[in-house]
Amino acid sequence: MILAKDNHRQMKNNVKPKELTEAPARVPILPLDLDAIKGIRVNRSAVERRAATLGTRRTVKKEWQAAWLLRAISCIDLTTLAGDDTPGNVVRLCAKARQPVRQDLMESLGVGELKLHTGAVCVYHNLIETAVDALKGTDIPVAAVSTGFPAGQISMKQKLSEIRESVRSGAKEIDIVISRAHVLTGKWEKLYEEMAAFREACGPAHVKAILATGELATLTNVAKASHICMMAGADFIKTSTGKESVNATLPVSLVMVRAIREYYERTGFKVGFKPAGGIRSAKQSLEWLILMKEELGNDWLRPELFRFGASSLLTDIERQLEHYATGRYSAAYRHPMS
Amino acid sequence: MKIRKIYDTMEYGPAPESRAAADEWLKARNNEFQLFVNGQWESPKSKKYFESFNPANKEFLARIAEAGKKDVDRAVSAARKALPAWAALSGHARARYLYALARQVQKHSRLFAVLESLDNGKPIRETRDIDIPLVARHFYHHAGWAQLRDTELPDYKEVGVVGQIIPWNFPLLMLAWKIAPALAMGNTVVLKPAEFTSLTALLFAEICQNVGLPAGVVNIITGAGETGAAMAQHKGIDKIAFTGSTEVGRIIRKATAGSGKKLSLELGGKSPFIVFEDSDLDSVVEGVVDAIWFNQGQVCCAGSRLLVQESVAKKLYKKIRTRMEKLRVGNPLDKGIDIGAIVAPVQLKTIEELVQKGVDQGASLWQPSWACPTEGYFYPPTLFTEVSPAHVIAQEEIFGPVLVAMTFRTPAEAVALANNTRYGLAASIWTENINLALDIAPKVKAGTVWINCTNVFDAASGFGGYRESGFGREGGKEGLYEYVKLKVEEGFQNKPVRLGKARVKAEENGLPALPSIDRTPKMYIGGKQARPDGGYSTAVKGANGHILGEVGEGNRKDIRNAVEAAHAARSWAGTTGHAKAQVLYFIAENLAARGQEFVHRIIQMTGCSPEDAQKEVDASIERIFYYAAVADKYDGAVHHTVSRNVTLAMPEPIGVIAVICPDESPLLGFISTVIPAIAMGNRVVAVPSASFPLSATDFYQVLDTSDVPGGVLNIVTGDQDDLAKVLANHDDVDGIWYFGSQAGSQMVEHDSAENMKRTWVSHGKYRDWANPAHGVGEVFLRMATQVKNIWVPYGE
Repeated sequence: MILAKDNHRQMKNNVKPKELTEAPARVPILPLDLDAIKGIRVNRSAVERRAATLGTRRTVKKEWQAAWLLRAISCIDLTTLAGDDTPGNVVRLCAKARQPVRQDLMESLGVGELKLHTGAVCVYHNLIETAVDALKGTDIPVAAVSTGFPAGQISMKQKLSEIRESVRSGAKEIDIVISRAHVLTGKWEKLYEEMAAFREACGPAHVKAILATGELATLTNVAKASHICMMAGADFIKTSTGKESVNATLPVSLVMVRAIREYYERTGFKVGFKPAGGIRSAKQSLEWLILMKEELGNDWLRPELFRFGASSLLTDIERQLEHYATGRYSAAYRHPMS
Repeated sequence: MKIRKIYDTMEYGPAPESRAAADEWLKARNNEFQLFVNGQWESPKSKKYFESFNPANKEFLARIAEAGKKDVDRAVSAARKALPAWAALSGHARARYLYALARQVQKHSRLFAVLESLDNGKPIRETRDIDIPLVARHFYHHAGWAQLRDTELPDYKEVGVVGQIIPWNFPLLMLAWKIAPALAMGNTVVLKPAEFTSLTALLFAEICQNVGLPAGVVNIITGAGETGAAMAQHKGIDKIAFTGSTEVGRIIRKATAGSGKKLSLELGGKSPFIVFEDSDLDSVVEGVVDAIWFNQGQVCCAGSRLLVQESVAKKLYKKIRTRMEKLRVGNPLDKGIDIGAIVAPVQLKTIEELVQKGVDQGASLWQPSWACPTEGYFYPPTLFTEVSPAHVIAQEEIFGPVLVAMTFRTPAEAVALANNTRYGLAASIWTENINLALDIAPKVKAGTVWINCTNVFDAASGFGGYRESGFGREGGKEGLYEYVKLKVEEGFQNKPVRLGKARVKAEENGLPALPSIDRTPKMYIGGKQARPDGGYSTAVKGANGHILGEVGEGNRKDIRNAVEAAHAARSWAGTTGHAKAQVLYFIAENLAARGQEFVHRIIQMTGCSPEDAQKEVDASIERIFYYAAVADKYDGAVHHTVSRNVTLAMPEPIGVIAVICPDESPLLGFISTVIPAIAMGNRVVAVPSASFPLSATDFYQVLDTSDVPGGVLNIVTGDQDDLAKVLANHDDVDGIWYFGSQAGSQMVEHDSAENMKRTWVSHGKYRDWANPAHGVGEVFLRMATQVKNIWVPYGE
């Protein structure tokens, strides 16, 4: 078994706190505690009922909505994960990450000085260097999907070397996929060891653990896998690769977010959350922000602890912001594409 | 600059729903409303008006007519006049009207929602997403029942003119629960909304006009308690349906006693919310929010008593407190508000007083750190821990956002705590163990049991109480019976109907000439023969005037003993239908074996012909066979309610039923009334015919040889009305059937109000027990049971 190891000191030199006044301690690897997951029970119907009313119990309108949408942008991992990605479209994506909303629109919203950018840019390994170059001079980290993304059906050795190579290429964040088989067969020690090994391989880079919840069969499995990955040092837990047939849903997110809360209450460590796949509308992004605020609190409304994995979401948010600013419904072509 | 600031603080801002359309509606009516009678708006003959206010800011909303006695008269006669034509319409035609009402509610849903929120103080989220959609659903569902009445309930007809009195907590929804089934079954209606919340009912009246509902079919009269009292006492009303407090329900029960009015009461509650240690605690917390912070806790079925297994209590309390901090109390028209305003200052005062009592009695109070708005009537969500059943707040309905929490150690203790209440409206059970959930659900005394959910409603499921939470069901097929009566009832007689005629002397019927040995019929209690406590006996004379024997004169103590014995036999309820059937068949077998003896006894007592006596014995045996046959067949239903939910409608025995048997029929009357009660799992205290008691006392020898567990059927002889009075006033008797005089019927209904017994009385109308249409059938089973709806959501 891999022992808990505190990477805290090493981390401080690499990660600059951006918005928080003090840097949160990076989550460590904690010893595996199977007792902590033994009693986990998730009732799907009750979870769905809560998820269904999150967006009906709370809403934000007018300037509150505009502000919240800007905040949503700051939490987007602007993503392209396609077979036909080339340096050309990745450079465009990075330009969009730097200036996600037209400056004139930002000024008409009264936030011209905000220096808004997305939370990160997320690409495949081959495009890391392109992205790092394109983002020079900004704080925007490059995230790389890894470990045989999306299915993860390659050897452990390959996975670890993929991580190390991506970190060497300049990725500051690594989005790994867990072996779903470990969850489906109840091999929690194996899952823990795998995750802890990924975390170690990441070194200073932050690691997001993709659970691929659409392939984990039950919400109880989702909750248990969330806890194991957090114990094994995941900085973030993430719903999906975007490639499963069911990706981020509010019920699944609710279960993961509650696991994060439980973990925080038990250990004092704050783990981040990243829903990914299928979040395309501004309205959806608000529902997720409401989820985070209601279940976890305002700390989880910042990119340090919350990200959207999304590609087309930004365009819809831009249109909504322009609608707020002008009172006119906007068109996609009025906003620079990525 | 503002957006920049919000970007940092990430606060929710205000999100008010527009009230412009509602204001316009009020203004167009000069903020004044008359009575809706006979399809028109009439000024009240009383010349009185009252005012309605918005509890969130105390603003004046409207001046509303107060119906006096004469106004009630007018409304009732309008409903009476409209009745024949409405009842004669085809089911399909009534379905069209109900369908139109449903569509209208949907089309004007936002106006209804805003108006309801303004008038009641409940959050717009609830009126918009819960109340109004359920209203539309209720009318759609009952449009279906209107269509189906003649095929689904061919033996039934409308009750007539129905008076309906509804509460202020779900004004339009309760209107729908009342009006939809009444109209579907062919009744006409006089409805009185609560005085705090009349507005949506008045808008509904306009909708009735819009759809062209025939004049007088629905009459809406506004007013307060006096108006309601005038309705309850009105001779022209055939049925009263009331939802409200148990206190008022009791008054209505007494006021209507003996009037022949059908009555359904949906009253208060103190419903348990039971949390076992293996439940999904985060989901439990949201369940608690839905249970007690829904509609400011002003919900009759609110899960107001939190019962938590000790092992997880601390953890759960902490989670609940964290959640409470995040609840938002404020302007009900704000879309981001969880808790709105309390309906009126009088209700707020009640809440404050009960909370103070809780504090005084030593319970530990917790409220969130934030403060409520001060301009309206608001009360913060409140959690009491360290509560015990002895505390007032654990027993009394608070009807506010106040949760009282207690712990338990074992499932058995959870059930004991859950049932330690006079009420029995609803319960919520949380566990991930289906064995445990389905074990507890039948043990909890409640009309609705929600497993891993709470406050879920649907028109297809019946809703209503056990114990002092009232009787009758609303919704589903079980709810329809409140609005129909059996056609055959019209054939009941004003005088007792004897089977056969007393025409010959006993001696002429071949009975032994020798004097019989002096047998001593006793009472039969707990499976044993018992001498009367008082030590007195009454002579029983035969048809020829000779004394046939003597039976014990039962008194209070005999009744007490019999009721105790009946309770001790509670395991009878849990035996299988098959096992009950076996016992019943055995009774029939043994009765047949001694048939001649029973024939002779009937002849001796009544002087009827041997043929008639034989008929009575044969009919009795056949009836026992009938109830043996249905013992394992009268089962429940799975209702089509919300998605991914098995909603089980389970008929459960009432419990201990007292049966005051028909005096006119020695054996068949006894069998026809006692056996169905037993067949459904009840335990019975029977008071047999006083004129001809010996068939019943002979019968206990049949019971002794038929494997009937002791206490299932207890027989106390004596004066029927005297014993009926003792039974009606016994709080541990759950139901009482009375087949006798009008005066006795009135006494039974009146005296049963104290513990809200289920009563079934004959009002001085007499069945022909020999006629199967009168003496046997499904109605006996329905009266012997009450439906419990168990909601079981599923999905892993």
